[in-house]
Amino acid sequence: MAETVVVDFPKNFTRALNDGQLRRNLRAAMDTLGMRRRTLFSDPVAFEQLRARGDAIRQRALRQLPELLERLETKCTANGIQVHWAETPAQANGICLEILRRHKATRVIKGKSMVSEEMHLNHFLEEHGVEALETDLGEYIIQLDHETPSHIIVPAIHKNRDQIARLFHEKIPDTPYTEVVEELNAIARKVLREKFFAGEVGVSGVNFAVAETGTLCLVENEGNGRMCTTAPPVHIAVMGLEKVVERLEDVPPLLRLLTGSATGQLITTYFNMITSPRKQGEKDGPKEVHLILLDNGRSKIWADPELRQTLKCIRCGACMNHCPVYTRLGGHAYGYVYPGPIGSILTPQLEGLDHAGAMATASSFCGACEEVCPVKIPIVDILRRLRVESYNKQDASNAVKGHGYKTNATESLTWKAWALSNAVPWINAVNAKLLGLLGPLLPRLPAWGIVKGWRQSRALPRFAGKSLHALAKESRIRDE
Amino acid sequence: MNSPRDNILARLRAAAPQEATSAREADAPPTPELGRADKIARFNRLMEAMHAEVLLTDSQNWRIALKDLVRKRGLNGLLYAPGTPLGNALEADWDSDLPPLVGYSQEVEQCKERLFAIDAGITSTKGGIADLGALILWPNASEPRLMSLVPAIHIAVLEASRIHDSLAEAMRQERWAEQMPTNALLISGPSKTADIELVLTFGVHGPKELIVLLVED
Repeated sequence: MAETVVVDFPKNFTRALNDGQLRRNLRAAMDTLGMRRRTLFSDPVAFEQLRARGDAIRQRALRQLPELLERLETKCTANGIQVHWAETPAQANGICLEILRRHKATRVIKGKSMVSEEMHLNHFLEEHGVEALETDLGEYIIQLDHETPSHIIVPAIHKNRDQIARLFHEKIPDTPYTEVVEELNAIARKVLREKFFAGEVGVSGVNFAVAETGTLCLVENEGNGRMCTTAPPVHIAVMGLEKVVERLEDVPPLLRLLTGSATGQLITTYFNMITSPRKQGEKDGPKEVHLILLDNGRSKIWADPELRQTLKCIRCGACMNHCPVYTRLGGHAYGYVYPGPIGSILTPQLEGLDHAGAMATASSFCGACEEVCPVKIPIVDILRRLRVESYNKQDASNAVKGHGYKTNATESLTWKAWALSNAVPWINAVNAKLLGLLGPLLPRLPAWGIVKGWRQSRALPRFAGKSLHALAKESRIRDE
Repeated sequence: MNSPRDNILARLRAAAPQEATSAREADAPPTPELGRADKIARFNRLMEAMHAEVLLTDSQNWRIALKDLVRKRGLNGLLYAPGTPLGNALEADWDSDLPPLVGYSQEVEQCKERLFAIDAGITSTKGGIADLGALILWPNASEPRLMSLVPAIHIAVLEASRIHDSLAEAMRQERWAEQMPTNALLISGPSKTADIELVLTFGVHGPKELIVLLVED
């Protein structure tokens, strides 16, 4: 299902920047997450070594992607896991629905999964009469409020406890108002426990899929992921096809990088490795396990060696926590499922530059994201590439979807004039002279069009009366 | 029309041949090899930091420690795995004034209600990991997966000699890749969340308490 909403970035950004509550909530949270991460990776030498390892593992996995996907499929199938392939979110949703229909299931319990957000699975299932309940506390909170995650790790981080207290009080029957976090937590536990008990199908994401053994790895703290993948008779795991790794021994370094970068944890409460459905004689666990491999544009990203690096991502969210843009806006302003720096390089490639290209402009190129990225994704280079492609109309085979959307006559003409003025000395001289004469008048002219927008948050530079060239000439510095 | 599988693989295969990187991959930073005492100390410290309770005991006294804590908490029952070494040891010497031992001996479909109502469960462990402060569990037919998840208190028995330096070492030494079970788990504490204002609270969907009986052997 393609995103049909038109995202109005400037409006979103203005609204987010003017929301004082949102900015306070975010600031506190991002500072804490950043601090926890720094505490865990306190030895810079060891951290560099670890992320070089992580980078190497992810690169090796991507290099062999088609072979590893086939190996994963073979292994999983041999283990009894049913593997499905989907080119589009619509296909993936269809596969889910078909499994649910076969089991006559109407109650789905869900663990946290960004790919399922990408598929808009909940919405799709509800349209087809299936209750899809988020069970991760943060996801549960935002689902109650009909929102989407604003962060890929801590989805409800834009809300504070008062807001959550009000929400629970209003939306959950017979719930008194309380701002005590432990009590809010207990309320959710009680509601969701009944759902775990009654859930007919569990849906989860996948953090790593191991081709060597056909194992699906899930990282979590709450236990809801284990509930969803253990208590119901059917488990459906959805994953982006880039999540595969080659060997089981590749997992420990990635796991450390993931939990450390995400929340500064040495390890999460649970690391859940699933290799097969319930075997003969076993007393619990799902009798059926399905794995859905979703492409949704990833194979196209993969084909370009530079853009491919986007797919190294292990979804830790550290780039968001350290991004000066994200920490002031939060995730909703970006308007798509994946926000922040990783979202700004991934989303325009998935959705097309013509839809989401503006995300690539939501960066000052400060590079903080790259510094913390546990698998060394060259985020700034890719952002720059996307900005260039926004103006590139040529249909190269590796051109990003929706490229050239920004090309316009005014800008093309301006740049042509600029190039000319720098190539032809006499034009340059005339320009310099004119600017020297007219420059001081500019601030007094009424602002219009793009100039107006530009001047809203910037002061006009003061033009020197004479150009450097002219000054040098007057001082008789030899012209070479 | 080709299947999505064929289309995806065809697209991946059609992409330009990639740079051949024969360069040696960066190694992971080494994990220090700890002596037995240090391993135990580190394991304890990290587990307790994650609010697990670790009771140091030995093969003579672990049952006394267990009975003590079960009695103190006034539990409505203790879920256990009959027919396992741990289960046999419990059955052999369980006092009548203690909360009843409840065997997980049917498929979940037959006992789900009882399972969700019981206060505590006790399981064995496959080992521990010193540099993470985590337990390794490989649930199986006699000791099913939900035992360590559904009851509000999870009691785990770990022999001190089974603590590994790291996850990587455990995987290598025990050749996990050749014999992955239906479900393998690392557990580092009671279930927790920080989804509300990053305030850490324990006991969300899984157990509220994790008690490790660390048996010196």
